[in-house]
Amino acid sequence: MSTAPQGTATGGPADAIVSIENLGVSFATDAGAVKAVDDVTLHVARGEVLAIVGESGSGKTVTAKTILGLLPETATASGAVILSDREGMRRHDVVAIDQKRLREIRGVDVAMVFQEPSTALNPVYTVGWQIMEGIRAHGEVSKQDAREKVIDILRRVGIPDPEHRVDHYPHQFSGGQKQRIVIAMALVLDPGLIVADEPTTALDVTVQAEILDLLRRCRDEFGTAIVLITHNMGVVADLADRVAVMYQGNVVEQADARTLFASPQAEYTKQLLAAVPYVGHGTVRAAERAAARPEGWAEQAPVVEAKGLEIEYPGRFGRAGFRAVHGVDFVIRPGEVLGLVGESGSGKTTIGRAIAGLTKVTGGSLRVLGHEMLGVRERQFRPVRSRIGFVFQDPASSFNPLLTIAECVAEPLVIHGRAANAREARSRVDELLEAVQLPRAYGNRYPHELSGGQRQRASLARALALEPELLIADEPTSALDVSVQARVLELFGELQREFGFASLFISHDLAVVDLLVDRIAVLYHGQLVEEGTSAEVLGAPADPYTQRLLASLPVPDPVAQAERRAELHRLRESA
Amino acid sequence: MTAATVAAPKRRLVDRLPVVHQLRQSVGLQRGMLVAGLVMVFVFVFTAIFAPLIAPFGFAQRSVDGESFGTQQPPSAEHWFGTTVGGYDVLSRVIWGTQTSILVIIVAVLLSIFIGIALGLYAGYFGGWLDRVLVVVCDAIYAFPSLLLAIVMAIVISGGQSSLWGGVLAAAISITVIYIPQYFRVIRAETVRIKAEAFVESAKVLGASNSRIVFKHVFRNATRTLPLIITLNSSEAILTLTALGFLGFGIEPTAAAEWGYDLSKAQSDVTSGIWWTALFPGLAIVFTVLGITLVGESLNDLADPRLRGRRRVAQAAGQVAATSVVPGGVLTAGPGGVEGLEPEETFDEHGIEVKP
Repeated sequence: MSTAPQGTATGGPADAIVSIENLGVSFATDAGAVKAVDDVTLHVARGEVLAIVGESGSGKTVTAKTILGLLPETATASGAVILSDREGMRRHDVVAIDQKRLREIRGVDVAMVFQEPSTALNPVYTVGWQIMEGIRAHGEVSKQDAREKVIDILRRVGIPDPEHRVDHYPHQFSGGQKQRIVIAMALVLDPGLIVADEPTTALDVTVQAEILDLLRRCRDEFGTAIVLITHNMGVVADLADRVAVMYQGNVVEQADARTLFASPQAEYTKQLLAAVPYVGHGTVRAAERAAARPEGWAEQAPVVEAKGLEIEYPGRFGRAGFRAVHGVDFVIRPGEVLGLVGESGSGKTTIGRAIAGLTKVTGGSLRVLGHEMLGVRERQFRPVRSRIGFVFQDPASSFNPLLTIAECVAEPLVIHGRAANAREARSRVDELLEAVQLPRAYGNRYPHELSGGQRQRASLARALALEPELLIADEPTSALDVSVQARVLELFGELQREFGFASLFISHDLAVVDLLVDRIAVLYHGQLVEEGTSAEVLGAPADPYTQRLLASLPVPDPVAQAERRAELHRLRESA
Repeated sequence: MTAATVAAPKRRLVDRLPVVHQLRQSVGLQRGMLVAGLVMVFVFVFTAIFAPLIAPFGFAQRSVDGESFGTQQPPSAEHWFGTTVGGYDVLSRVIWGTQTSILVIIVAVLLSIFIGIALGLYAGYFGGWLDRVLVVVCDAIYAFPSLLLAIVMAIVISGGQSSLWGGVLAAAISITVIYIPQYFRVIRAETVRIKAEAFVESAKVLGASNSRIVFKHVFRNATRTLPLIITLNSSEAILTLTALGFLGFGIEPTAAAEWGYDLSKAQSDVTSGIWWTALFPGLAIVFTVLGITLVGESLNDLADPRLRGRRRVAQAAGQVAATSVVPGGVLTAGPGGVEGLEPEETFDEHGIEVKP
């Protein structure tokens, strides 16, 4: 085969659009070589959705990026990735191919949908220009023809009024629409395969449901095969035909979606599925807790009481401010966990920050532990801070990277004069670390030497150091993998029972909230649309927004998810 | 408390020293640049410290044992680099010149670093009207020609004909005026960034005082770009000192050796074929500034993981790092630590809203 052009290859099942054979990828890092993918063999059939699931560092993204030849310079790949075109006429080994031919096949044979639509689009060009860029990179097309093609593809991905909007810039679209445009970009040259790397992770649940519908249409209407990379088992259940579970750079299990969810074979898959929170699991526990409360509990002075709470962020000079929270009423009683649920921009984080005194209250009333927060002075509020704990969403940045974990956990003790310095506080710190089930010796480590879940547990230890009456947890698990999340949530529940603090638990994920809370408050555009016990809100949601939110949440079970999807369509049509 | 006595597993000292750590980390061309720069800087500092031992004559010496050196003598066994028009030994003046240079570096850096950092921390952390005023003032200072300022300083301090300290201070103060805004801007930008980080907010939530937050949490995290500015500051200081000397506002030859002065006196020599009086002081300036700049550039590149070069790995090399399936996760940083593989920050950096 000396006449064969370089990069062409044979092998793999004939109907496969891409065959990954014994792929291994290693990276050069400061700490030496790290192997990210180890002997992975995968095949994707034409018109099939293959989901690659796994936790951070399992090698799923690296595997997918190899299909497009998008590995960074520090990577070395072995094995073969044989990519075929839509008709199965040409085959290329992407690992061995040179840059020029790689450019020729990118976009035509395989395209990519990125995670964050707002960064995948260039803000200084119109979306039409950016899609046309792809068309014109692959062949001589007149400007007029290309434009028509762009308008057509925008219409097909569901952008309203595409003739007009083709000349708009990315910032004029919403997050969901931007992701539609990114998908349109991938589809415009009609590739046989789309690699979608966490395509819905950056989106709200209701928008996620729409994008998943669109991806399903890509498969059904365009006949495109999709490699879907995700950590969200709900998304997998919703969209995937077949699932490959990756763990430590290996594929531990491959099966079609229904079989995998119904009877997982590998031990890891079983653990992973068991860790996924389901809506409805926590309701029983919440009812038990409510029953165990002493009489007269509801009459106690609430820890937090908001009445007509308004929070406005100041605008730029000469412009009106942005009202993030708008007339919200709620109470948190001693020992009670209130879940605050909402999508991006609903104002849930703002409320949490206002309670901790990080954001100014601009109207209404917010009483925290008997102190009015409207117009509060830092000097007056500082002593109250020892009674409030705060767990931040991102465990990576909530610790000073230059202090050890023990020093970080000792901070509250030192600040409030319970210990002269970190060394003296060490015995208390050790107790706290044990309370959150971290070995004492971890106190000597630096934050970057701990995994995300361990850091979040240390963060809990810090928040509990002064035995606060109120704990604000702002998305404490959203940056964590699902199995780690399960562990942290469990610990949170245990600690809450043990210390009996009241808590505001902020999350976008109804299933997570359901596991822990007594009552749920749903926020939408800065307003409280529904509040009640978790059984009330999740069992029989009264507000149409809550209904939509609940129906949009994909459940990790393909059969149940198909039913939910039908329910969501019914809700959308009735709306 | 047995657990309390467990020593912190600190990295070895060699890995924590600023320059040594980077040296061990570097490979290839970057290492070559860093090593070359370090060698030049080392020679410079060594010469400055031991100038009295190394230099064959004093910087203002024109005769030995009552016998004058003679003027504009070509290089010979007695005077390796020849003598100047004023009858000084060129080699000795080049060697003694390092002392003056190092002095101006130290004074310039010391004068600007403290004020710049203090102002930057204050403006970045507290903001407000003072911040706005300082930023405007710094922008205005950028429009100042530093050399002009240095000349004015030289005249103010010592009427233009300077002693050693007069010349050093003139150069250092003019550099200080230019470099305070540099330190200010860098520290202020870092402070503004760090202020929004969750660990600062968490300290705030714990009720820490502002001074504690600024010094314990912000300052130590804001200093990582300082080595680069210090090297820029140093080379600029030397260049200004020599420029002053060249223009005739520098240090008198009897007060100290100064390369710029020697260069300016060598101007007329060059046309008459006397090359040694200009070449050696010129080379000294080039090597010193080049060495310092190389060190600064390399440190800057090595501090950034995206610019840092690494050795390529063999196919399928390395260990597969464990992922977090073990409840609670494992300790080793997995391949997730490799930049860009696993996008970690899928949430708003301002902490306003989150999605997983």
